[in-house]
Amino acid sequence: MSDLTKLSVAQCAELLNGKQISSAELCKAFIDQVKRVDPTIQAFLALDEARVLAAAEESDKRRAQGAPLSPFDGIPVGIKDCISVKEERCSCASKILENFKAVYDAGVIKKLRKAGFIPFGRTNMDEFAMGSSCENSAFQKTRNPRNPDCVPGGSSGGSAAAVAADEVPAALASDTGGSIRQPAAFCGVVGLKPTYGRVSRFGLVAFASSLDQIGPITKTVEDSAILLDTIGGHDPNDCTSLEAECGGFAEGLKKASVKGLKIGLPKEYYELEGMSDSVKKCAQEAIETFQRLGAELVDVSLPHTKYSMACYYIVATAEASANLARFDGVRYGYRSPDARDVLENYMKSRGEGFGTEVKRRIMLGTYVLSSGYYDAYYLKAQKVRTLIRRDFENAYKQCDILLTPVTPATAFRFGEKSDPLQMYLSDVFTTSLNLSGNCGISIPAGKDPNGMPIGVQLMAPALAEQLLFNTAYAFEKR
Amino acid sequence: MSTGGGENSFNAAKVALLARLELSPEALEKLQGEMEAIVGYVNQLSELNVDGIEPTAHAIPRNNVLRDDVAEVDFDRATMLSNAPATIDDELIKMPQVLPGEGMS
Repeated sequence: MSDLTKLSVAQCAELLNGKQISSAELCKAFIDQVKRVDPTIQAFLALDEARVLAAAEESDKRRAQGAPLSPFDGIPVGIKDCISVKEERCSCASKILENFKAVYDAGVIKKLRKAGFIPFGRTNMDEFAMGSSCENSAFQKTRNPRNPDCVPGGSSGGSAAAVAADEVPAALASDTGGSIRQPAAFCGVVGLKPTYGRVSRFGLVAFASSLDQIGPITKTVEDSAILLDTIGGHDPNDCTSLEAECGGFAEGLKKASVKGLKIGLPKEYYELEGMSDSVKKCAQEAIETFQRLGAELVDVSLPHTKYSMACYYIVATAEASANLARFDGVRYGYRSPDARDVLENYMKSRGEGFGTEVKRRIMLGTYVLSSGYYDAYYLKAQKVRTLIRRDFENAYKQCDILLTPVTPATAFRFGEKSDPLQMYLSDVFTTSLNLSGNCGISIPAGKDPNGMPIGVQLMAPALAEQLLFNTAYAFEKR
Repeated sequence: MSTGGGENSFNAAKVALLARLELSPEALEKLQGEMEAIVGYVNQLSELNVDGIEPTAHAIPRNNVLRDDVAEVDFDRATMLSNAPATIDDELIKMPQVLPGEGMS
């Protein structure tokens, strides 16, 4: 079989369970594809072939004995470099953690392994997940598989590019302000940001703890549901992980229909100045598609949308400045060889170990939390966050789900957004979802005249992932 | 935009010290300008009246969770020290000198 790398997770499972292929064959096909395309794409920071193949052989043994761990036993999944995989490096694409080896498996990795999925390499990212293009990685620039002159998006650019380039059938990523949905849109794949608390953050290197959420990047909506079925659910090691039942999403897709569904169109998203014509046109076509499928379209308003970016950059950086205080050159991570005393050890290790964007965000966070500014910035932003959350609550009184663009434009070229503020604004449609804690998904919807992918975003209330998947699935099958 | 000292001004050198980041004079100068623009952008929240609005720390309300008070051994010392930049006798993390004066070896 020559085209194993094109398969979705569900299709891989079918062939594995029908004994038409082995996990070893499947993993070898993906390893070969990485060898073929990754010298150009550079989605992976590392891939331990021997480890993958050893796990594949174990999986094949289990299936031969009639005891696979799940239908998905033996399928490889790429892992973003901020998620701990025991005994593998976990660098967050940062010099400060370049040689750090995880000493335990993250909650999501334990759950993947329990179902037989095989962790497959570490995917590149913006340093500490701070960025929208992967250009902030300390190690390499990942290219967009649809056009190598363009960025793959970020921060989970490695995971999105790896899936889009058929290097792995699915990958885990993390989303703090759009870091799953934006690269998924740029690369033409599916990216899910689950409800806050759905997926354990245990073993995820923290960026902004009240916003971070792990989710899958996949080729299909069904695969996204399969992965959430696998990694979702309560984890006693994460006190923010929800106890609500989580699973059966892939099975639930069979009943997917959007007939009579009320889809809200928040006008602030469609009226944004500077949105590209092709993105606008694509969103319009998606609206018409849903109409044709029997959904009812409703105009709604999220009046504080304009303030979501400012709110996000205060909340996220404040939390980041506290979370990244642990990188002090003492217990682990980079230590400057030139420090003569304790203060110098902190100052030099952090000054030399962190990249520029991480420094900017730590500084903004430090500033908004500092004495005299706390009320004006941090407390104020937390109150604005309440207003943004209420916007969504009010909108969901008029509709079931929201449909918007994911990004104002398609993937940009390397170096095009050298002004940090311009880079931040590429997340204008995605940050509100993290502030509200609700769930959302980015799905491929079309292409611009240059052939670059365009995504649309569906946003559903907290814990309404089944509705999200069903709606996305109906659109995918259009 | 002002460059330091005023009520709502951003002083890169001061914030870098608070954040424990050593930066070169050139880097500080560049950051000063970039950070002023970013702070100027987030300042737009001052347009909003939030009187009487409760702050949101977590979108999904959560209470603290306590586990049973039972001793557990998660990791042995060697594992936990395996990522340390410098150790003494594989038992202690070695740090630069804390107090001024003659250094220890």
